[in-house]
Amino acid sequence: MSGTGMGDLRQRHGREPAAARDSEDKESESENKLDGETASDSESKSEFGGSPPVPTSDDTPEVLNRALSNLSSRWKNWWVRGILTLAMITFFFIIIYLGPMVLMTIVMCVQIKCFHEIITIGYNVYHSYDLPWFRTLSWYFLLCVNYFFYGETVTDYFFTLVQREEPLRILSKYHRFISFTLYLTGFCMFVLSLVKKHYRLQFYMFGWTHVTLLIVVTQSHLIIHNLFEGMIWFIVPISCVICNDIMAYMFGFFFGRTPLIKLSPKKTWEGFIGGFFATVLFGLLLSYVMSGYRCFTCPVEFNNDTNSFTVDCEPSELFQLQEYNIPVVLQSVVGWKTVRMYPFQIHSIALSTFASLIGPFGGFFASGFKRAFKIKDFANTIPGHGGIMDRFDCQYLMATFVNVYIASFIRGPNPSKLIQQFLTLRPDQQLHIFNTLKAHLVDRGILGSLEDA
Amino acid sequence: MSARRRQRRAAAEEAEEEEEAAEEGGSDKEEDLEKRLCELDLRSDLDVPDIPPPTDSTPEILKRALSGLSARWKNWWIRGILSLAMISGFFLVIYLGSFMLMLLVLSIQVKCYHEIITIGYRVYHSYDLPWFRSLSWYFLLCVNYFFYGETVADYFATFVQRREQLQFLIRYHRFISFALYLTGFCMFVLSLVKKHYRLQFYMFAWTHVTLLITVTQSHLVIQNLFEGMIWFLVPISSVICNDIAAYIFGFFFGKTPLIKLSPKKTWEGFIGGFFSTVVFGFIFSYFLAQHQYFVCPVEYNSETNRFVTECEPSELFQIKKYPLPPVFQAVLGWETVNMYPFQLHSIALSTFASLIGPFGGFFASGFKRAFKIKDFADTIPGHGGIMDRFDCQYLMATFVHVYITSFIRGPNPSKLLKQLLILQPEQQLSVYKTLKSHLIEKGILQPSLRV
Repeated sequence: MSGTGMGDLRQRHGREPAAARDSEDKESESENKLDGETASDSESKSEFGGSPPVPTSDDTPEVLNRALSNLSSRWKNWWVRGILTLAMITFFFIIIYLGPMVLMTIVMCVQIKCFHEIITIGYNVYHSYDLPWFRTLSWYFLLCVNYFFYGETVTDYFFTLVQREEPLRILSKYHRFISFTLYLTGFCMFVLSLVKKHYRLQFYMFGWTHVTLLIVVTQSHLIIHNLFEGMIWFIVPISCVICNDIMAYMFGFFFGRTPLIKLSPKKTWEGFIGGFFATVLFGLLLSYVMSGYRCFTCPVEFNNDTNSFTVDCEPSELFQLQEYNIPVVLQSVVGWKTVRMYPFQIHSIALSTFASLIGPFGGFFASGFKRAFKIKDFANTIPGHGGIMDRFDCQYLMATFVNVYIASFIRGPNPSKLIQQFLTLRPDQQLHIFNTLKAHLVDRGILGSLEDA
Repeated sequence: MSARRRQRRAAAEEAEEEEEAAEEGGSDKEEDLEKRLCELDLRSDLDVPDIPPPTDSTPEILKRALSGLSARWKNWWIRGILSLAMISGFFLVIYLGSFMLMLLVLSIQVKCYHEIITIGYRVYHSYDLPWFRSLSWYFLLCVNYFFYGETVADYFATFVQRREQLQFLIRYHRFISFALYLTGFCMFVLSLVKKHYRLQFYMFAWTHVTLLITVTQSHLVIQNLFEGMIWFLVPISSVICNDIAAYIFGFFFGKTPLIKLSPKKTWEGFIGGFFSTVVFGFIFSYFLAQHQYFVCPVEYNSETNRFVTECEPSELFQIKKYPLPPVFQAVLGWETVNMYPFQLHSIALSTFASLIGPFGGFFASGFKRAFKIKDFADTIPGHGGIMDRFDCQYLMATFVHVYITSFIRGPNPSKLLKQLLILQPEQQLSVYKTLKSHLIEKGILQPSLRV
């Protein structure tokens, strides 16, 4: 079993043909002999000579192995990836069906797993397993930052629930102070844990932890914010990125010729452009289908009476069909004069464009990272695909973009949050704001001469 | 040339290691770890280039004046004179007003950033990759643009409303900042060069962590400043006073070492510094709280196009009678004392400055030892770089900001109003109704009036 396992290993992870890889190694070694000074290269030689690359285990389930044992290795690889892709997409649908709470939990689990993967790479790079404080400190910092972000989210969206329970109210009122104190404790523990011979190592791990937190935790919280805007804002961007991945791969597979970027030799311009058009089309169709359902378009709200999440509302004008005039150019092509679309579909074009044009940069970043640290995949969680981070690398920037897009173009500030802030002001300030608002409303004619509208 | 230099360094390092090993009787495990660390880019001592001998930037005039004294006292005098010069400069800038203070904070931030990035360049020999310098400065610019845009929009609301182009910039500020940052990110990805991936990623991470430390802190300092100059002056002075007092107490009474990281710190200095800082903060805030110039939030007056600090002092800055606890009554002989409530807050600030502030200093000491540098730079003769002076301030600015938002003030009313006015009409109406019912409930608004 292990024999065939190793054979699978070499073939499955042979994304580049083995010959190319060998030549690359030889090239880097000869370069090392020429200039020994640059820090980046000098360790590559020792790393290959010294510690072996992290062995990747073949964890394809038995059942798949047997089912596919007859096919050639190339198609086998394709089938394994394909089946796992389908499994992940089905899983995604199930979770969407289960509702926002489960989605939040899944996002949190994915975040923790991604953090764990990147930190483990850091440990491997720096051989820092011997300093057990780090694991504790890294997890502690993860906990602190998550506490801070979840506290802010909970305070915003669960406002009434929080106000009712006394301990929660105090926690939320002094939330920033408590989070800061927790973080400070971790910081002081770090300073106290500095050991004489390992200063640099410890600082590296500290920096590594913080950058990882910056990437992983902030993105996941922005995803949850998007989710609360309406599940469509969560599903469409993620689906566009996944679709772009798959379509670029397909187009590249069938038509690929011109390489796109040196970092990822398998990406091609044909794949890139084909993926772009396919993703825009897919985004348009998907948002058309989804805009019809309230459960996707309504903001997620917490209902105090039933103590559960509800998605029930009057659909905003973004999700109401409107007639659009087709530009003359397309009229002749399509044969219609006007088309009924949801305004959201126009936004989905922007989202898909970002997913296809800038999203891949997140993937290139991850590829560069993997090459820099000489790892093939982030981890081996998903057979055929690698780690969780490998699947989510293109999503990095997408979540931030969607959040910034929503904040800039779609909605203004959150009314309930404003009310909440209002309630903490002093009475004279409250009165001042109330009167100004009233004057403004009367000015605009929204509030006529009605006594209490 | 380089090979010889390396050999010399290696020999020196080996000698040093042997010495240390002989001293401590290092275990096998430690040696193994050291050997393995040497394999990777953590060949800490071979990698770090020779530190150029610190350039003696003491001005000529000082050198001549002090030429007669012994080396130890000479050093003391140089440090003393420069400290006085810095403190006077500080007072001068305070006198010149808030705008100058903002500029000063900005210049310090840029210099600190430059110092830390330069250290990174030296550690990673990355001068050969010129893209980095551009990218690092570009990221600094982006993050500063983002933060200044957020603050400026709040405080200069009236100024901004008048100009069309600024309106556009403010409304889509986040989007523009994000687009700028993305451009930098894409440039970074495109600039990845085949052999230098790891180096480039290190510099990328180094840049981001530095931004996180220096730029966020400096913006929190400016936000504290806008609350009222006293919120800027008292914390910074407390940290400086703690530095000086701990040094003096340590100089005269120091015996028990405090922490291995900084062998010159002592427990006597720590505790003496703590008490003197609390007393200093107490007295200093008493004096500052009397002047409107320090106490009032900084506002921008659009008519005169200047910053004004004029207001009705809040109740924090009005003298109240406090009954003394019986313990103190016996000691001092008074039954009540007239103080400003702010002085109680100043105790909290001074306590933080004395107890937790030094951890920022230890962090910087550890950083300097990790990368084998004596000082961050040589900007200030006798003291080192700007970062050396500001290392204890790291956490102070964040603490003051969190303290203010948690305990002192609520949200900013004008910002709240601005956001209310952006809402959709239906939302405004529903908010209006909610507010009205709330105010009536609390009795702030009379229900019978035709409002």
